[in-house]
Amino acid sequence: MLWEVDILPADDRPDLPAERLTEEAAHAGYEAVRAATARGYLIEGDSLDAAAADAIARRLLADPVVETPRVGRVDEADLLAPPARLGGADARLLAVLPKVGVMDPTAQSAERAIADLGYPGVRTRTLRKYWLAGVDQPRLEEFGRRLLANDAIEQLVVGPIGIDRLPSGERYAFELKRVPITGLDDGALARLSREGQLYLQLAEMQTIQRYYRELGREPTDIELETLAQTWSEHCSHKTLAGRIAYRDDTTERRFDNMLKETIFAATQKLRADWGEGDWCVSVFRDNAGVVRFDETDNVCFKVETHNHPSALEPYGGANTGLGGVIRDTLGTGLGAKPIASTDVFCFAPPDTPDASLPPGVLAPRRVMRGVVEGVRDYGNRMGIPTVNGAVCFDPRYLGNPLVFCGNMGLIPHDKSFGEPQPNDLIVAVGGRTGRDGIHGATFSSAELTHESESLSGGAVQIGNAVEEKKVTDVLLAARDRGLFNAVTDCGAGGFSSAVGEMGETIGATVRLEAAPLKYEGLSYTEVWISEAQERMVLAVPEAHWDELRELCESEGVEATVIGQYTPTGELLLTYHGETVGRLPMSLLHDGRPPVVREAAYSPPDVHPLHAPQRDNYTEDLLAILGSLNVASKEWVVRQYDHEVQSGSVVKPLVGAEADGPGDAAVVRPKLTSHRGLVIGCGINPRFGDLDPYWMAASAIDEAIRNCVAVGADPRRIALLDNFCWGDCERSATLGSLVRAAIACHDLAIEFGAPFVSGKDSLNNEFSYLDADGQKQTIAIPPTLLISAMGQIADIGRAVTMDIKRVDSRVYVIGRTFNELGGSHLALVNRLENGVVPSVNAPVARAAYEAVHSAIEEGLVLACHDCSEGGLAVALAEMAFAGGIGLRADLADAPLAGEYASGYDRTAAALFSESNSRLVCEVAEADADRFEELIAGTAHALIGRTYDTPALSLLYNGAEVVNASLGVLKEAWQAPLRW
Amino acid sequence: MATPTVLVLRSPGANCDEETAHAWRLAGAQAERVHVNRVLEAPELLDGYQALCVPGGFSYGDDIAAGRVLGNQLKLGLADALRRFRDAGKLVLGVCNGFQVLVNTGLLDLEDESGQLASLTWNNHGRYEARWVRLGVDPGRCVFLQGLDRLELPIAHAEGRIATRGGDALGRLVDDGRVVLRYRGAQTDAGDSVLPFPANPNGSVGNAAGLTDSSGRVLGLMPHPERFLFATQHPTWTRRRAEGGFDPHADGDGLRLFRNAVAYFG
Repeated sequence: MLWEVDILPADDRPDLPAERLTEEAAHAGYEAVRAATARGYLIEGDSLDAAAADAIARRLLADPVVETPRVGRVDEADLLAPPARLGGADARLLAVLPKVGVMDPTAQSAERAIADLGYPGVRTRTLRKYWLAGVDQPRLEEFGRRLLANDAIEQLVVGPIGIDRLPSGERYAFELKRVPITGLDDGALARLSREGQLYLQLAEMQTIQRYYRELGREPTDIELETLAQTWSEHCSHKTLAGRIAYRDDTTERRFDNMLKETIFAATQKLRADWGEGDWCVSVFRDNAGVVRFDETDNVCFKVETHNHPSALEPYGGANTGLGGVIRDTLGTGLGAKPIASTDVFCFAPPDTPDASLPPGVLAPRRVMRGVVEGVRDYGNRMGIPTVNGAVCFDPRYLGNPLVFCGNMGLIPHDKSFGEPQPNDLIVAVGGRTGRDGIHGATFSSAELTHESESLSGGAVQIGNAVEEKKVTDVLLAARDRGLFNAVTDCGAGGFSSAVGEMGETIGATVRLEAAPLKYEGLSYTEVWISEAQERMVLAVPEAHWDELRELCESEGVEATVIGQYTPTGELLLTYHGETVGRLPMSLLHDGRPPVVREAAYSPPDVHPLHAPQRDNYTEDLLAILGSLNVASKEWVVRQYDHEVQSGSVVKPLVGAEADGPGDAAVVRPKLTSHRGLVIGCGINPRFGDLDPYWMAASAIDEAIRNCVAVGADPRRIALLDNFCWGDCERSATLGSLVRAAIACHDLAIEFGAPFVSGKDSLNNEFSYLDADGQKQTIAIPPTLLISAMGQIADIGRAVTMDIKRVDSRVYVIGRTFNELGGSHLALVNRLENGVVPSVNAPVARAAYEAVHSAIEEGLVLACHDCSEGGLAVALAEMAFAGGIGLRADLADAPLAGEYASGYDRTAAALFSESNSRLVCEVAEADADRFEELIAGTAHALIGRTYDTPALSLLYNGAEVVNASLGVLKEAWQAPLRW
Repeated sequence: MATPTVLVLRSPGANCDEETAHAWRLAGAQAERVHVNRVLEAPELLDGYQALCVPGGFSYGDDIAAGRVLGNQLKLGLADALRRFRDAGKLVLGVCNGFQVLVNTGLLDLEDESGQLASLTWNNHGRYEARWVRLGVDPGRCVFLQGLDRLELPIAHAEGRIATRGGDALGRLVDDGRVVLRYRGAQTDAGDSVLPFPANPNGSVGNAAGLTDSSGRVLGLMPHPERFLFATQHPTWTRRRAEGGFDPHADGDGLRLFRNAVAYFG
C-alpha cells in the first residue's frame, strides 16, 4: 500500500519556503507569484493501513504545534487541493521528487524512525510540493526548472504525481562485457575514449591497445574503466606531474615532472636546510600534508575542488566537495580527526541577468545559494567548524564556478603513517554503493558543455553527512585500538582508485558482489567505479576483523570485507567467482605513456594606468567597499557553524559588533593546550590576467600576511596550492600555469614556507553553441588559491583587526608602490592596464618577523592585512569594525616608484594593492618599544584614532577621503545582505 | 565537593559531545560519552549516573525535523527509565539539538490535556544562523542557572524558534517560571514582545531561549554554554584585553551552568 503524507505549515504559521520562493521568483522576473508549500513523504508498506499512515504522520512526521499533516492515497483530492492560505486563488501544483537512484537521506532516517514506531520494513521517498498562483500553465514547467528542481538529480512533476508504487531497482543479470579495441584505428580509439566517457588521450588509448594486442585478447569493460580512472587527470595529475617543455621571453626549461621540480623541490630544499629543525612530517604523499603541531600531535591540511559537479548541481556538488575533503583528513596516516574547514568560492556576479545566460548554465545567484547551502549542510552536520574562506566574483566563472573545500585534522605522531600489509583484508566502511557519481573522476577531467547535464548527470552525488560522522566516530576509535594498518577514502574513482592505490605495491583481489548496495541492479563495473559518498577503505589484519566488525556494528556503521591485499602484484576482480578483470599493478601505476606538452608564456605589454583625477576619493572608496570581492560575506559566514568543538579564538567576523572582516582564523584544536592553529588564504585572479607569476607570489604573500596579522609565527607556516586553470592542452594556458608554479617554488623558499600538499583542476572551461550555432568557450581566469596553516604558541596573544581605542597610533608597515594593475580602483573605474603588484619576499619576511615579535610582546592592539582596495580599504575596515574613528595622512606612508602626476601618486597611496603591508594600532605608551622592534623594516606613523566616528584620510594635509563609519560600513555590508 | 557522574549521550550525528563532556569535567564532574544504542540496549545503565546531558549536533541528520528521530527513540525506548531518572532528583540538560530532542521526549513537561504546548521550529529568517546573543536569566527553580542574571553565549541553529500553541500557552509557561532564559538587546531587557533580529535571532515567542521543567532539574536551551568555557571564546575578547586587567586564560561564563549542576550534588 502506498500512502502520501504532506506536511503543511499550520494555518496560523508562516510558510517560510514559500516566502523565499516568491522572493527568488521576483529576482528571476516572475512578478506577483503567490505560493504555498508542503514537504511530503511517500510511504509504502505491505500491511500499512490508513490508521497506520495517520499515526506515522501525527506521531512522527508532523509537529503538533506548528504543522498540519494531510494523509491519503497518492494524489487523492484532499492532497491536491491548494492550501487555505492561498485564499482560493487559482493555483497550480508542482511536485519535485528525487530521481530514482538518487540519495534521499531524509527518507532513510524516516524509514528508521517509522520502524522505531513499530512499523518495520516500510519504504519511503520524500517529495516537495508547491502550489503556485500567478504563473501561467505554459510557464509552470519553466518556472519549476529554473527555481525548484534540478534535472541532474530531481524529477519535476506538473500536477498529480501519478504513481501507485515506489520504483525499485531491477535485478542485475550478469554478463561479462568485453570492449573490442585491438582492431580499432586511431579515429575509432578517440571516439571510444570520448563516447565511453573514458576521456583518455589518443597516446594512452594506443598504449592500452598495444597491451591487449600483446596479450592476445580484448579488455573487459571493467579493465578499461580501471585504466581510465587511474590514468585520469583527476587521479594522476598527468599534466602537471608530466613532461613539459616550457619557454617564456627569457628562458626555456624542460621538466620531466613539473610539480616535482618546482613546488615539491622547494619543500625538499627547505627540509634539507632545516635538518634537525624540520617540522614537516609527510608532504605530497598522503591524502593531506602533515606537519608537526606539538609534543604529541601533528596537524594535516588538504584543500580540494569540486567545480564540475557544483556547476551541474550546486548544492550536491558543494555538499560532497566538503564531504570528500573531510575524508581526505580521515584517510591521512591512520586517520586524523577533522578540526576545521575552509571554503573558497568563485562565482559569476549574482546579478547576471537570466536572459544573458548561455544554454545549460544555471543562474549565478542560484549557484551561489546552492553552493553556500551545500557546504553549510555538510560542515555543520559533521560538527567541524568552518572558520575561513573567501568569495571571488568574475563573469568568466559563469558556466564553471569554482568550489574549494579545505579541511584540517589533528593526528597523534604515532598514527601519522599507514601501510597496508600483504594479506590484509580489504574492508569497506560506511555508506552503501549506488549508481551515484559514476564517471566523476573522468568527467572532472573533461571540459563542461551545455550538454554536460544530460551526459554526466550520474557524476553528481548527494551527500549524507551523518553517515560520514558515524564513520568518523568508529574510524577514530578503531585507529586508537590499532585495528587496521592503512586507510584511504573512496573519492574520485571509487573502489577502483582506493583499492588500486592502496594495493599498488602488493596486489589486490576484490570480490565485487560482496560490496553492499543501496539497491539492486548495479553491474560489477558500476560497483567498482561508483563514487557513492561516505565510504572509506581499510586494510585490516585478519586477526582484528572481528573486533572491527563489532565496533562498527555497535554504532550502526556497515563494514564489509570485499577482498584482500594478496601479494601477487596484480589486481584481480571477480564477480561471484568469475574473473571479470585482471591487470598488473605496474600497468596501472607506471604504464601511462609519457606525453610532452608544450607550455609557452609571453608577457603582455605593460601600459601605464592613469588614476582618475579627483580631489576627493570618497566615492571610489565606497564603490570599492561595495564591490563584490571586498563586500561583507556575513550572509555566508553566519550560516556556517564556526564555533563547534569549542576551540574558537579568532572568528571569521571580529570587532565591536562582531561584523568586521577578520584576516585569518585562530582555533585551539586541543582544549587542554594554549597552542593554536591559524588558517588564512590568498587568492587574486585579477592579477593573473597581468602576470601569473606575480599572481602566485601575491597569493602566497597574502596568505602568509593574513596569518601573521592575527599572530601566527611566520617561521611556522605551511602552504597548500590549488591550481584551477583552463584547457592545458593549449600551450599558452599551460605556460601561464607553469609560470605560477615557478613562482610557488621561488616564494616558498624565500619565505621559508613549505608547500605540503596541493591539487589541480584543469579544463575549467564551458562551451556552448550560440544563437548562430557557433561554438563559444568561456575559460575561467587562471585561479590559484593559496591556503596557509600557521601556528601560534599562545592563543592569548592573538590579535584582531578592529581598532580598539581612541588616541592610539596607527602605523603602516611595508612600502607602497605604483601598482594599480588589477586593483579594485581599476575595477570600479573600469580601467585597464597598470603594473601588477610584485613581492620582495626577503623584505616581507623581515617585516613579518618584526611585527610578530611586537605581537608576541603584546604591543599590537590591532593588526590588519592591506590587500584588496589598498590602505584606504584597510583603514576603513579597521575603523568601522572597531566603531572608532581614524585620521591619517597617507603622504607619510613609505611610498616608492614613479608617478606621472600628483593624482596618480595620491591614488596609489590610497588604493595601490602593493603586497607585504600591514597596518598596526599601537598604544601611545608602547610606541617606543614597537618602533624599536620594527626599526629594520619600512614603516611610518601615519595617524591616530580619535573620538569622532569617521574616517578622514589626508594627503599632504589635504583631505582626500572623509566618510562616517556608518556610511562606510553600510556600503560594505549592503551588496550581499541577502 | 562531590564528583557527580554525567552521561553525555552520543548518537548518530551528535557532534558537541566531546566539548560538552570537557565542560562537565572542567566543572568537576566525571563525564562519560555513551552511545544511545548502549542505553537503548540496557536502560538500567542510566541508574549509574547523576546527570544526563544531551549535547548539540544533528542527531540523525535532523531529518524530518530537528531532534525528532532521537527524541522519538528516547520517548519510545526509555520513557520509564527517564522518568525514574528525573524523579530520583537527578539532572537533565539538553543543549541546542539536545533541547530539540528533549522537547520530543516529554521530559520538559510541555504537554497538557490538549497536547503539546510548545515546539522548536524554523528560525524566522528560514536559515541556519551562528552568532552570539545576550541573554537575560530568570533562574527561578532552575538548578543550572542559580546566581546568574545576564549571560552571553553563542547560538548555532536553524530550528531554534520556540513556538507555543495559541491561547495562553506562553503566559502559562512564564507564570510557572519555566521560561528561564530569554534573548535580550544590548540595552533592552527582555520582555514578552518579540525583539527584532538579531537580538532575538530566531523570532522565539517571548524571546524565550531556554525552558525548564516543573522541577527545575531539567533544562533545555538553544544557546551553547559549552562554547564559552574560556575567555578567548568571547567574540570581543581582544577588545576586553585592550581595556586592561584581562586574563585570556580565565574561564568563560558558560562554565557556570556546569558548575551550578555539580554544586547541586553538594
